[in-house]
Amino acid sequence: MLTQDMSYAAVMTRKNEIMKASLGIDFNDYIHSPISFDFERMMHETGYTIEEIAKIQTETKVGNTPLYELRRLTEEVRKFSDPGKGAMIMVKDEAANASGSFKARRASISAYVAALKGYKGMIAASSGNYGAAVASQAAQRGLKCIILQEVFDSRGVGQPEIIEKGRACEAYGAETLKLSVGPELFYMLLRTLEETGFFNASLYTPFGIRGVETLGWEIAHQIQDRYHKAPDAVVITHAGGGNLTGTARGLQAAGCDQTRIVACSVDLGGLHMASDTDFNKKSFTTGHTGFGIPFATWPDRVDVPRNAARSLRYMDEYQLVTQGEVFYVTELLTKLEGLERGPAGNISLTAAVTLARQMDRDQIVVVQETEYTGAGKHHNSQLSFARNNGIEVRRGDPKENIPGKTIVIPECLEQVWGKVQDIDKLRNSYLKNAVNHYPLTDWDGYDFEFLAADIKKDVDWVKRQVTRI
Amino acid sequence: MEKIKTGTWVEIEQIVLKPEERASALPEDTRKVPYVLHVSGFLLEDAALGQEARIKTVIGRELLGKVLVVNPSYTHSFGDTVPELLDIGLEESEC
Repeated sequence: MLTQDMSYAAVMTRKNEIMKASLGIDFNDYIHSPISFDFERMMHETGYTIEEIAKIQTETKVGNTPLYELRRLTEEVRKFSDPGKGAMIMVKDEAANASGSFKARRASISAYVAALKGYKGMIAASSGNYGAAVASQAAQRGLKCIILQEVFDSRGVGQPEIIEKGRACEAYGAETLKLSVGPELFYMLLRTLEETGFFNASLYTPFGIRGVETLGWEIAHQIQDRYHKAPDAVVITHAGGGNLTGTARGLQAAGCDQTRIVACSVDLGGLHMASDTDFNKKSFTTGHTGFGIPFATWPDRVDVPRNAARSLRYMDEYQLVTQGEVFYVTELLTKLEGLERGPAGNISLTAAVTLARQMDRDQIVVVQETEYTGAGKHHNSQLSFARNNGIEVRRGDPKENIPGKTIVIPECLEQVWGKVQDIDKLRNSYLKNAVNHYPLTDWDGYDFEFLAADIKKDVDWVKRQVTRI
Repeated sequence: MEKIKTGTWVEIEQIVLKPEERASALPEDTRKVPYVLHVSGFLLEDAALGQEARIKTVIGRELLGKVLVVNPSYTHSFGDTVPELLDIGLEESEC
């Protein structure tokens, strides 16, 4: 048997062939240039309608989750809103999906396709809910499953939330590869794909994103059936961009083209995501700016040749909130609404408080996910872990939050106030990245049109901006 | 040293990449340490703690590594009570 060179450099060089074999998609069919590709055709050629996707998902206990009015929380917001303000806050209880989060939608179509194409198993790299979702969906399709996770620092200490997710993966029968801190997770993924010949259930394939479309689609129909209108705003926790892309596409497919798409991330500014020492200083393992900003401004930094998650294509607004604010709102959801849910899913709920305050009373703002909670994931567990790692935890003004140093839990709801980001800045940063990847002098009309669509602007705007770069 | 019996559920450790084999462009603290894998499975041969041994994972793959833990278990919890959370939602909301 020929022995393959398994060094870091050698495996990375074999990236393209490994990807092609493990996905059954030839991305070259869609790629036009280093900065553009036929996104819509790639999505379309997954080959399923939204109705068909919903049917596939029903087979494995995904979708049709309840949409609840948060009456007491809305009342609390109205107490300090200007007269006539204080939109109804609603939440889509995605914790009701098999494995306890919306990520089941994202994993479901990959599992269906992997089984259909005759793969013996599937692999995903995720330290989040996605790992458990892939494991749960693989189990239901009779597929073997391997999940790779970034779990512990060089002292061997693991973030409690990730430890819980590793437990969940093992509970669903997956082999769980627990790794130390580092971007080499991707190298390990490639190696494992090559060794096993399993399907690559990447978060960023068209299958993953199309699976999330049913989430937006269901929200549109649930609101339409009950209130005879479209939701005024939908708030989406933003990290890699798949949640936002899929949900927005689903809303559009259901005719909600006026619904405001609001992204929200936890501000972890100042912490380095690949740092061994910073790793355990954060209380959120996803939904934070460490993913949200880089993925918005350059989506193609992922484990597939082109990312199907393209957040700036759909985003109307982007808010940042602090860790302390999310923990506060998580506790309010428990005490006022009787729903104990995981903090990461409540990032968008925190932004919804800010939005509802500014929107009219007869408007509706939908928080489009919740996630399960429990040992390790629970906000008390996160705060206790932070305190034991030398982070100061106290009540006070959330403006005093310093990622990695201080978590300030608000004293009252009125102090919860998401920071609105300048999206044009993000768009410019995306364009700068595009110029760095492909010289401007080589751009053709197709490239300009692709980039304009990818940042929700027109070609003239793109042309004006790039001349200043 | 006492041998752990074949068939025991253990966690092994593999050094995947030594510090000098790691990706370039890592923060300094990360570059100094090896890239390490922990994975659990059933021992395929008697081995002592710290010894190299083969395991069979739950999906049937055979992997080699240093035996690190016998009967690896989960002990993560809800943590020590954080009193700052207790009165949220029960107090007057004005401040």
